[in-house]
Amino acid sequence: MERKLTCIVCPLGCQLTVQLNGREVEKVEGNTCPRGAEYAKNECTNPQRTVTSTVRCENGGLVSVKTDRPIPKEKMSECMQLINKAVAKLPVAIGDVILSDVFGSNVVATQNKT
Amino acid sequence: MRDLVIIGGGPAGMSAAIAAFEQGIRDILILERDESLGGILQQCIHNGFGLHKFGEELTGPEYAWKYEQKVRELNIETKCNTMVLDITEDKVITATNATEGIFQLQAKAIVLAMGCRERSKGALNIAGSRPAGIFSAGTAQKFVNMKGYLPGKNVVILGSGDIGLIMARRMTLEGAKVHAVCELMPYSGGLARNIEQCLNDFNIPLKLSHTVVQIHGKERLEGVTIAQVDENRRPIAETREFIPCDTLLLSVGLIPENELSKAAKVDLSPITNGAVVDQDRQTSIPGVFACGNVLHVHDLVDFVSEEAEIAGKAAAAYIKGNTGKKVEIPVKTDGKVRYTVPQVITEQKDITLYFRVGNVYKNVRVNVTAGDKVILSRKRPKVAPGEMESVTIKKDLLNNVGSLTVSLEEL
Amino acid sequence: MFDVAIIGAGVVGAMVARELAKYQLKIIVLEKENDVAMGASRANSGIVHAGYDATPGSLKARLNVEGAAMMEDVCKALGVKYKRNGSLVIGFDEEDRKGIEKLLEKGKANGVEVEFLDQAGVRALEPNIGKNVTCALYAPTGGIVCPYDLTIAALGNAMDNGAELKRNFAVCSIEKIPGGYEICSENSRVQTRCVVNCAGLYSDTIAKMIGDHSISVHPRKGEYILLDKECGGVVRNTIFRTPTKMGKGILVSPTVDGNLLLGPTSVDKEDKEDKDTTAEGFAEILGKAKEYVENLPAGKAITSFCGLRAAGNTGDFIITSPEQGFVNAAGIESPGLSASPAIARYIAGMLREQGLDLAENPNYVATRVSSHHFRDASLEEKNAMIKANPAYGRIICRCEGVTEGEILDAIRRNPGATDLDGVKRRTRAQMGRCQGGFCMPYVTELLAKELGIAYEDVTKCGGKSVINVEKTKGGMAQ
Repeated sequence: MERKLTCIVCPLGCQLTVQLNGREVEKVEGNTCPRGAEYAKNECTNPQRTVTSTVRCENGGLVSVKTDRPIPKEKMSECMQLINKAVAKLPVAIGDVILSDVFGSNVVATQNKT
Repeated sequence: MRDLVIIGGGPAGMSAAIAAFEQGIRDILILERDESLGGILQQCIHNGFGLHKFGEELTGPEYAWKYEQKVRELNIETKCNTMVLDITEDKVITATNATEGIFQLQAKAIVLAMGCRERSKGALNIAGSRPAGIFSAGTAQKFVNMKGYLPGKNVVILGSGDIGLIMARRMTLEGAKVHAVCELMPYSGGLARNIEQCLNDFNIPLKLSHTVVQIHGKERLEGVTIAQVDENRRPIAETREFIPCDTLLLSVGLIPENELSKAAKVDLSPITNGAVVDQDRQTSIPGVFACGNVLHVHDLVDFVSEEAEIAGKAAAAYIKGNTGKKVEIPVKTDGKVRYTVPQVITEQKDITLYFRVGNVYKNVRVNVTAGDKVILSRKRPKVAPGEMESVTIKKDLLNNVGSLTVSLEEL
Repeated sequence: MFDVAIIGAGVVGAMVARELAKYQLKIIVLEKENDVAMGASRANSGIVHAGYDATPGSLKARLNVEGAAMMEDVCKALGVKYKRNGSLVIGFDEEDRKGIEKLLEKGKANGVEVEFLDQAGVRALEPNIGKNVTCALYAPTGGIVCPYDLTIAALGNAMDNGAELKRNFAVCSIEKIPGGYEICSENSRVQTRCVVNCAGLYSDTIAKMIGDHSISVHPRKGEYILLDKECGGVVRNTIFRTPTKMGKGILVSPTVDGNLLLGPTSVDKEDKEDKDTTAEGFAEILGKAKEYVENLPAGKAITSFCGLRAAGNTGDFIITSPEQGFVNAAGIESPGLSASPAIARYIAGMLREQGLDLAENPNYVATRVSSHHFRDASLEEKNAMIKANPAYGRIICRCEGVTEGEILDAIRRNPGATDLDGVKRRTRAQMGRCQGGFCMPYVTELLAKELGIAYEDVTKCGGKSVINVEKTKGGMAQ
């Protein structure tokens, strides 16, 4: 089976063609870098996404956050539910862990807030 | 008298300041209208920034912080909450803030780094009523990411620029339903990866060659009528379709904010809506430089930073007395290539020409010609208006060149 | 009990309130919308007509000429921008020339300064005029004013002198009571000795409430396109086409704020709430405007909008008193804005004749601090104001250079803005080329703080026109 993908690793957006045998990736074409091939393999077996959002701070303000590594794509909505319930203690600095162990990642602050 | 005043503390302004500092300039002042440095990056909380520049994928605030840290480390002076009201040809800057009132500064050199703004709905003349619920995508981004409020629950987006695509995902993650993204052109103006991860991931339909023809609703938006357009971009009546929604986001283009450049009488390009510059990003006024989205709209902040380094370095050289043109080579385009930056070369050195094309072309050659001689030719599998391209011309190729033309050859 | 209740806070109601505030009267203005100047006074051409157009001998002609003559002083007192920029009625062919000659006669009969210009004369005055224009009537006393600024200032001045304003008061009945009337909305009532009906499009409905069926008003729809301030200098005069029975046609005019205004279309409608702009309207406006002016920068449009003019059934202004203590000001179509100060004086006279005691108010102050007082100040004055109030140093609207101090003034001063459009009309914040893209979140914040309401309860123009629907994250309170 053949699958067409748009690589999301970088802004080039390479058009990838993946040859699949069942769930097994046999060949990736169209990528400009090795990360594209890796993305294609993941996308066909275990698609993953980085989630970015905001978390309420204890004073009612917001701090922007991200998962520090991609999480399974189908977990994005559950991840958002956790993020929506979280409250960040102040002060918070870039890289501070707001939620740990969220589908294999940590939710970390991407802004400094005092 | 200040050596260097930089108008705008976003990625371009900070990068220019750092570059000038590294060239030995110490008397630098950044004027920023917002309450903190970082410009629009502060509300761009998604990732995808910095791959080119730092080799890692950062969010907007993280990318901005890397530069802000450096600005702080170098003790470069900044004034936030400070709005520049006027710049004269003689480089007198008038600005205002709450603590100092309205004040004037004389600068030896100025870097214009004011960024861009979104095209508004007024420019589109969409028929219908004028209810609440119509926002530019960036305004909605500010509400959601900075203020923590959701401007609506059922959304249609007009225009497939990157901010619109990013907001489609963002609003979805915050619990809104995005019903469609309509794009007037037969291709998207956004990056392919954003169509994939912001629309396709959430099954949001991208309707190419579609536009919004009517706005409905008295107080709050109640729906929009969309329609397909023909090859002349005119709506086809029988394809009209009503979509109930409470929110219409517009992502229909960015315009460099050149009101101050106009006040200073800097020559502007009608195509980029930014200044006409040389390879050093110097404008028609010696000592006034421009970089970032105020010069031309970039799709990647990494390139903004790079461009600003060029401008900052050149401003430093200017302050140190290195002025004057050595050559004058205008850079022209063939129409398929809409514009280049720089538009003129005034010194013979290695030059990277950035450019955008006016349509989607597959399998092309980018040719740079001097007179009737092709001095450089580069193959591209695909070029599109949404993606900035570049070619680098080696210094030696510019020997005895009167003018350059950048053109596309379809293979 | 109030002495006078004025129904409708458009320019006529506001001017009547200001006129009556000169006397020792208890005045209330009842407005169905969330703000003043929300009907025809919100969206019209803003022209102070010289008075060459109205039929000599009509009430319209008399009040137009009188009102236009008063306008400069009224604007000065109220701090409203007014400019005598001149009007040109242009002609393209022989028929137009005949029409212009008729207008010249009318103008002279009405006592208005008018002049005939040939092609060269027009071009000398307006270098960008369309090349097919062959002649014109020139009225140097024609002027421009901002209609909602005038309305807000007039009512603000009346309120400063003691008049009250009730918003969101849609009159649903008027009952005769001993010594006057009781006016009811759905959830409120007001008792008054006299009523002045300035309800614009709905003045016929109001008159019917006391049994006066003589008036009929229908909406005449007018669409406009507003161009960027870069374009305000394209013409100096207001450029009209030779008029037809549907009105003065599409015009091209600079505004007092330096934009260029194109429009209005003129379509008679039934629906008094239909303010939709249309693709046909845009095409008509741009098509005509391009005939008037060469190289019209149509691409510089920053917004488009639609107004409904209240067209009456008599062709003249309908200023009548169906019974003692009740005055109608209906069918105040163009040149109603120009005539408004004279209409107010005329109505005060009617009330006096009906026995209302107009004893002078010794504390009356005729002037109001201009809504542009900060903008118009010198550098030194501005710095003094910023020192006293740092909010004047913080720019909120970048395109129009509007400060936080000016926005707070707009919310705090009579009649205070309570929504985003109200702030826009008072300060121009959100009215520039980005149309609020940058400043809307900040203005929203200022309104929420000043009014003591939740951020998500701030509206564009009252009612259900909220800007945000809820807090993110399931709404943890700030």
